[in-house]
This record gives sequence, structure tokens and C-alpha cells, in this order.
Amino acid sequence: MGSTSSTLSKIPNAEELSQETGFTSAHLARLFERFEALDKDKKGYLSPQDFEAIKELALNPICDRIIGAFFSSGQEMLDFSSFVRILAHFRPIDNNRPKEPNSPDPINSRINKLKFAFQLYDQDKDGKISRNELLQVLRAMLEKQVTEEQLESIADRTIQEADLDRDDAISFEEFRKSLEKVNIDHKMSIRFLR
Amino acid sequence: MVLLPRLSLLLTILSVFGTLCRANSSGSSSSTATESETATTNTSTTLTTLPIVTWKWHHIETPYLVALWVLVCWLCKLVVQLNTRLKSFFPESGLLIICGFILGGIVWGADKAQTFKLTPRNFFYFLLPQIILDTGYFMPNKLFFSNLGAILVHAVIGTVWNAGAVGVSLWGCWLGGAMGDLNIGLLQFLLFGSLLAAVDPVAVIAVFEEVHVNEVLFIWVFGESLLNDGVTVVLYNVFDAFVSLGGEKINAGEIIKGIVSFFVVSFGGSAIGVIFAIIISLLTKYTGKVQIIEAGFIFVLGYLSYLTAEMLSLSAILSVTFCGVCCQKYVNANMDEKSVTAVRYAMKVFANGSETMIFVFLGVTAIDSVIWVWNTGFICLTILFAIIYRFIGVFTLTWFLNQYRLVPIEVIDQLVMSYGGLRGAVAYGLAASLDETRIPEKNLIISTTLIVVYFTVVIQGLTMKPIVKWLKVKRVEPTDLKLIEKVNNRACEHVLAAMEDIAGRIGDNWWTRGWKRFEDTYITWFLMKPEARKNRDYLFSIFHKLNMEDAVNYVTEGEKRGSLGFLRSGEGTNVDFEKKHGMEFSGVIRNPVPSVSLDIHEQDMKSMSEDFNAHHLLQQNLYRSRKNYSRSDFTINQSEDEVQEIFQRTMRNRLESFKSAKMGVTPVKKITNFMLLFSVGGIENPAFMPEMDTPPPPWLTEAETNTGVAPSQRAQRQLPWSPTNLRRLAPLRLSNRSTDSFVMADVAAAPDSSDESPKEPSEEERDGQRDGTHM
Repeated sequence: MGSTSSTLSKIPNAEELSQETGFTSAHLARLFERFEALDKDKKGYLSPQDFEAIKELALNPICDRIIGAFFSSGQEMLDFSSFVRILAHFRPIDNNRPKEPNSPDPINSRINKLKFAFQLYDQDKDGKISRNELLQVLRAMLEKQVTEEQLESIADRTIQEADLDRDDAISFEEFRKSLEKVNIDHKMSIRFLR
Repeated sequence: MVLLPRLSLLLTILSVFGTLCRANSSGSSSSTATESETATTNTSTTLTTLPIVTWKWHHIETPYLVALWVLVCWLCKLVVQLNTRLKSFFPESGLLIICGFILGGIVWGADKAQTFKLTPRNFFYFLLPQIILDTGYFMPNKLFFSNLGAILVHAVIGTVWNAGAVGVSLWGCWLGGAMGDLNIGLLQFLLFGSLLAAVDPVAVIAVFEEVHVNEVLFIWVFGESLLNDGVTVVLYNVFDAFVSLGGEKINAGEIIKGIVSFFVVSFGGSAIGVIFAIIISLLTKYTGKVQIIEAGFIFVLGYLSYLTAEMLSLSAILSVTFCGVCCQKYVNANMDEKSVTAVRYAMKVFANGSETMIFVFLGVTAIDSVIWVWNTGFICLTILFAIIYRFIGVFTLTWFLNQYRLVPIEVIDQLVMSYGGLRGAVAYGLAASLDETRIPEKNLIISTTLIVVYFTVVIQGLTMKPIVKWLKVKRVEPTDLKLIEKVNNRACEHVLAAMEDIAGRIGDNWWTRGWKRFEDTYITWFLMKPEARKNRDYLFSIFHKLNMEDAVNYVTEGEKRGSLGFLRSGEGTNVDFEKKHGMEFSGVIRNPVPSVSLDIHEQDMKSMSEDFNAHHLLQQNLYRSRKNYSRSDFTINQSEDEVQEIFQRTMRNRLESFKSAKMGVTPVKKITNFMLLFSVGGIENPAFMPEMDTPPPPWLTEAETNTGVAPSQRAQRQLPWSPTNLRRLAPLRLSNRSTDSFVMADVAAAPDSSDESPKEPSEEERDGQRDGTHM
């Protein structure tokens, strides 16, 4: 593990990051190596083009949204700590971490996972998923043979199911409520990020 | 009050039985008698007169007895089900065994010998295959394959451990003298251990079905019970061969052969199952023209896969399981909806029927003094060891597996898993097929196996529910079909896949994605009909189901209010319209189908909650994805509130949009669309639809009828739907197999809408009738 310590020394604020995200130093080292591998021009930060260069990602129907989730608020540079922070959302929830009072929820808590998912839908960041935004997501995810009309019906119906205050959009609260029976931990965690 | 029908049923059973036994004994004695008689009469055939009626028992004996036994077993099930109080805590399988005892007692009393037994041949060839086919066909594939690793570990390693440990411990105890004098050896103990080690799928289903534990727990136990057959067959055959070879000839070579045979048997059996699944899928691709018997192919080919594996001495259970597991998706896509339903129901009938018979016969077979050899030490020790080693095995393996799991299995679930290791008829079948020349203590083994089976099925079955409740095991929550959940699930899958790609690691999702891609490109092209391939979108099918539910709700609610004018009688196309028009004009005005909503809305919305029993109808009529894996129960628990809420909301929305709807002929295209769904004016009535099979609500398959017709006065008063709202119940394209009204409707909708006069004769007939009743 000699390489780990040398890699670790390259990471700024490694311990803080580890504390904040919950990743172990071994994990951080691995992720840093990946970060450097993605950063082909050795800029020290990642840009959207680096993400688009990942082949398998391009096959993903919602790849642009996901890339957008990394580059929030329009910036074009993604440094390592932000990279890691986003990936930390997908750590499985540790049930045995002691809960210190007054400390913010860990990044991979259920609420934060849901917030991340919500962000994917809510592109204009107004706190609500409007019908249009939902339509766009559905259009991306549903296969081509579904017609526009049917898409709209599906979007309508989806909103109707979740929309409690009848404003024709899904707020975060409504989103959270409609998914309370779903095991988010399971659905939004990747094992190797433990 | 319940007692009376029960008693009368029991009496009928007993009397049937009595005649049966008497017939049998007289039959068997008279058959021998008649044989000698016919021998003599053949030489001197002297018929003095034409016999008008003759007693032909001997011709018909076997089929008659078979049918009679089937009837009696199923009557037992009926009797058991009638007694709801007892049934709520006593497992049904246990009650069936007790019925078997009673019946066995009757037969014993009549014949002084057990003439009806569960012979291994009947069991393995006629009673077991359909049960396994049923489980394979309805296996929740996604859950099964995602847990396949764990299941295999338990099935293989767990069973081998159980067999070995039980066998060796019993041998040790025998050596220590705890069992008295027995003519038995280590190999025989190991053989006994191997036949007793396997968790039995029939028993597991029977007990777990009533308990409803959470999915993962269920699939682990259940998957294990299916897949351990590979191991059981191998171990049984290997030890059986070793016993005949004798202890001396066993050397490393034989042992290696044993291990190799495990791989051959399991993988060979599964391969045969997969081959037959491919055959079935291919076949259903081309059976569009013989829809009437296309359902039958599944059964025949499934059975053949069982027999083929059996013929090649491979694992037959694995073969049938994989046949069902692999073909379900393609077969359901390829076949017509009616055939799919037919297969579903028929499969359930066979499986449930066989299961009942198995349990009853397990009881009947016990009443036979020939087989009973009671050896307290042997029996008690067997039960003790079986339980202990099961617990040890499960806990160890699960601890090991938890290291690699995303969500570890809790201790409580592990407890239930261990306790749920039920032995059943398969163990008995294997015991009964032992060769007594080689295994002198065969009867002891049979008796012990029977006792163990009774113990697990009755006692463990009895206590399973209370234990599950007491330990607060996570139960299955009734899941509603919510679009938002499904949409989000799908999105999360994509997100996870993306994250894995970004982080550059191969995780679980990579395999699933890779397989899906492979499957989508090659396999579905090969095995699925082209039309079926196009309509497979998952979210859309959920949407379709939800629409169907909504639509059925409308009808039921409307009918309940007495406001709908559907009158279907017999083949169902006469609607007594004159009467309707004459008498209740005002009522009818409000009540053409579309304005069901109006009617209801005008009445108190709140009162809907009392009458709302629509899920009843839903359960009967809708094709549902199976959410609970029970043998006897087809339905999803749909929470009434949920359905009701959506219904209310949709109704309100519709009313609002109705109020702003344009009336008139112009957007005929849109009218066509919704006329698909709701006949306007009540005239073009769903009831006019001929050959509708019950499930889809009539108007949904209403054809392109009203394209160019000006809505009647009635309609003009109320065109309830604005086009935009209709999209909520969009034209349903999925059933392009059944009626072509959808396709026609879409085609009709597209071109110039105001001038259509479709040429179908039914069309004209409808037009004619419409004109006749036009106001």
C-alpha cells in the first residue's frame, strides 16, 4: 500500500475529505487515481468533455443530466473534492455510525440521496419538478416507440399521483413522501463505495 | 353452522370411500374371479340372453380409481378450507395430512392392508413436475437472479453440510449404541443423511405462502429448496452406488467421479431446462394461428423437459425449474393475452391440485403397519441433528455471505431461514425408492423420514406464523403500482450505472447491464415475435395497467350507482335502449358512459368511500404482475385508499376539463380517440361490441365507430371530455394482438377525420342501430 500514502499526499485536505464523506483513505486514493485517469490533459480539474469521453457513460439515457449534476451552477471545472463529494452520495448508509447531535447529516444519508435524485429531475433548480421537466426525463428514458401523447399522459399521471397540493408540479416534500416506501438505500448505493 | 356442510361433506367422502374400497376389494377379488370365470366362459361362451347392462368394473378400474382419488383429495381440501378458524393457525398442509390419516384409516379398515400408497413412481412422475413447473414459471426472475449467488451457496454447500453432518453424527451415535441393534453402516447413514438433507420446495411453499415474509428471505429459502435438488440427486445416487459397491471399493477415483457427477448432473439438468425453454419460446413465436391450444405447449414441453432430464439421470427438478424460469418472459410476450391467462390459471390448478394430493397421500401412506419400525433413539436423534445442523449451516453461510452484501441479512431473518428448512415429500419419495435388498433397514428409514416430514410440516408449520410475528420479521408490504416509484427506480438504475462508469469500477450493475444489452440485441430478436418486441417498454406497461384499473373503476362505480346503461345478456349485444330512453331519459342523459364522472361528481364525493368495492372487480379482471409468490392467491393487495384517491382526483380533473370542453363535431379526431374509451351518447355502446372477452372493459375495444357522425342531441349537451384529458387514458396500443380495433382506431384517427365511413359490416350495423335510436 505504499502507493496509497504517496497518492494521499497529493490530495489536498485528505483527512477533512475523509471525515466529511466517510470514505476511507484507501478509497480516496483509488478515487484520486481515477480522477487523474479521467483528467487526460492533466489540468488538475475535470471538465464536461472529460466525462463525455467515458464511453459507457455515453450510452446512458440520462448521461447529460448526470454530468450536469457534477457541474452544478454552470461552472466548468470540477476539482477532486467536489468529485468525491458527489460520489459520496452513493455510499451505503452506515447504520452504526454514531450520530453526533448538531452535526449535519452525512452526505450519504437518505435525505441527501433523495435530494440528489430530485436534482436530476429539477434542472432549473426552482425546487419543483414541473410537468415539462418530468416530460424530458421520461422522453429520455422511455424507448422510442412511445408517442408524444402517451408520454404526456404518463407524465400527467405521474404528477397526479405525487402532487398533493395540486400545483401541477412535484416539490421535494411530495417527492420524498411518494417514495417513502422505497428502499432508497438499496436503490441508490453502490457496493464498492462502502 | 359451518359444521353442517362440513359434516355432510365428510359423510359424502366416507361413503364414496366405502363404496370405493368395497368396489376395489370386490373388484380385485372379482377380477381374479372373473379372470378364471372368463377363462372358463371363454371356452363355453353361453350367453342366454342379450345383457342390457353389464358391470364393467375391471375395464375401468384404474382410471376410475385415479379420478376418484383425485376427487377425494380435492374434497379434503374443500373441507379443510371450510373451517376457517382452525385454518387460521394450523397450516393447511398439516390439516391435509390429518385428512390423509383419516382416509388411510378407512382404507385400512376396509382392506386390512394399505392398498393406496404414495408410490415413488406416481409421486415423481405425475405429481411433482407440475408443481415445479409452476414455481419456475412464476418465479420472480429479477429477485431470483440477483440473489442467485447466495442461493447457490446455501443450496450446494448447505445441503452437503447437512447431509454429511447428519449422516456422520447418526453413525457416531449408532456406534455409541444409542440406537440399539441395527443392520446398518456408515454409508447407509450417509445415504439417509443425503435424502433427508434437502429442503423441500412443496413444503416451503405451503408454509411460507401463508406467512408472507419479506422478499429476500423468501427467495433465499425458496430458491434453495429448488436448487438443492441437483445436490440431492447426486448425493443420493452416489451413496446408493457406494452402498452397492460396498465399502472396500471406494477409493479416490470413485470420490472424484462423485464430485464430477455433481457438476454434470446440475449443469446438465439446467442446460436441458434452458434448451426446452428455447424450444417453447420459439414455438410460441409461430403459434399465432393456433391460439386455442398454444397454452398447452407449455405444459407438454415442460413435462418433457422433466422426463428428458430424468431419462438422462440428470436433475429433473433443476431442468423444469430453469425451463419455467427462462421461458416465462418470452412466452408471455409472444402469446395472446387469453392464452397467457389460460396458462396461468391452468398451471395453478395443476400445481395446487397436485400439492393437495401429495399431502393427503403422505397421510394415507402412514397408516400401514408394514412400514412402521419404531426406534426411538434413531428418530429423536435424527430430528435433533437435522434441526441443529440446519441452524449451524445457515448461520455460518449467511455470516460469510453478509461480508459481500450491500444490505446484510439480519439475525432474525436467518432464524426464520433455519427454521424454515422443511422436509417434505421428496425426502419420502427418495426413501421409498430405496432398494431393500441393499438396505435392510429400509422400513426404519421410511418411518423416520415420515416422522421428520410430519414434524417439519405440522409442528414447524404451525409455529412458523407465531414465531414470525413474535420476532417481528420484516413482512412483505403491499406494494402499490405507482408510476412515480417506477419512474424513479428506472432513473436510479441509470444513475447507478453512470456512477459506476464514472468511478471506473465494475459493480453489480455492470453485469446486469451487460446481460440486458446482450439479451435485447440477440435473444429477444431470436425468441420473441416482432410485434411483441416493440411493445415491451416497462414504464408504459405500468401506465397501461393503471389505466385499465381506472377504466374498470369507472364502470363498476357507475354500475353501482345504477346509472350505467350496460345490459349484457348471454353473448351480449342487445341493449334494451328503448326502455332506457323511454323511462329514464333524464337518468340516461346523465349516464352515457363518459358522464359516469359527472353523475358521481354530482353526488356526494364522500359517499364513494362506502360503496367503493372496485378492487374486487379488478382482481377478477386485470392481468397483474405477480407480487406475492403464493400458490393459491393471485392478487395484489391493492390498498383501497390509494385507488380511491387517484380515482377521485382523476374524476375531479375530468369534470373540470369537461366544463371547458368544446362541443361539436370539429375535433372529430379527438372524439374518435375518446370514443374509443367512452362511447358518447351512450348509444354507441360497448355492449354492441361482439365477442368481447370479459377482462377489458367493453368500451376500451370499441372500434372506430363514431368517426364521422355528428353527436346526438344528447351528446351535444354533454361531451364530457376535452381532447386533452383523454390522453390520460391514451389509446392502448399494447394489445395489438387481440382486437385490431386499436390499430384501426389509430389509423382512423390519423387521416382526414371528418369524413370517415369505415366499411366494416359491423360498423354499418351499428350505424343502422344508432340511427334507429337517435334522438
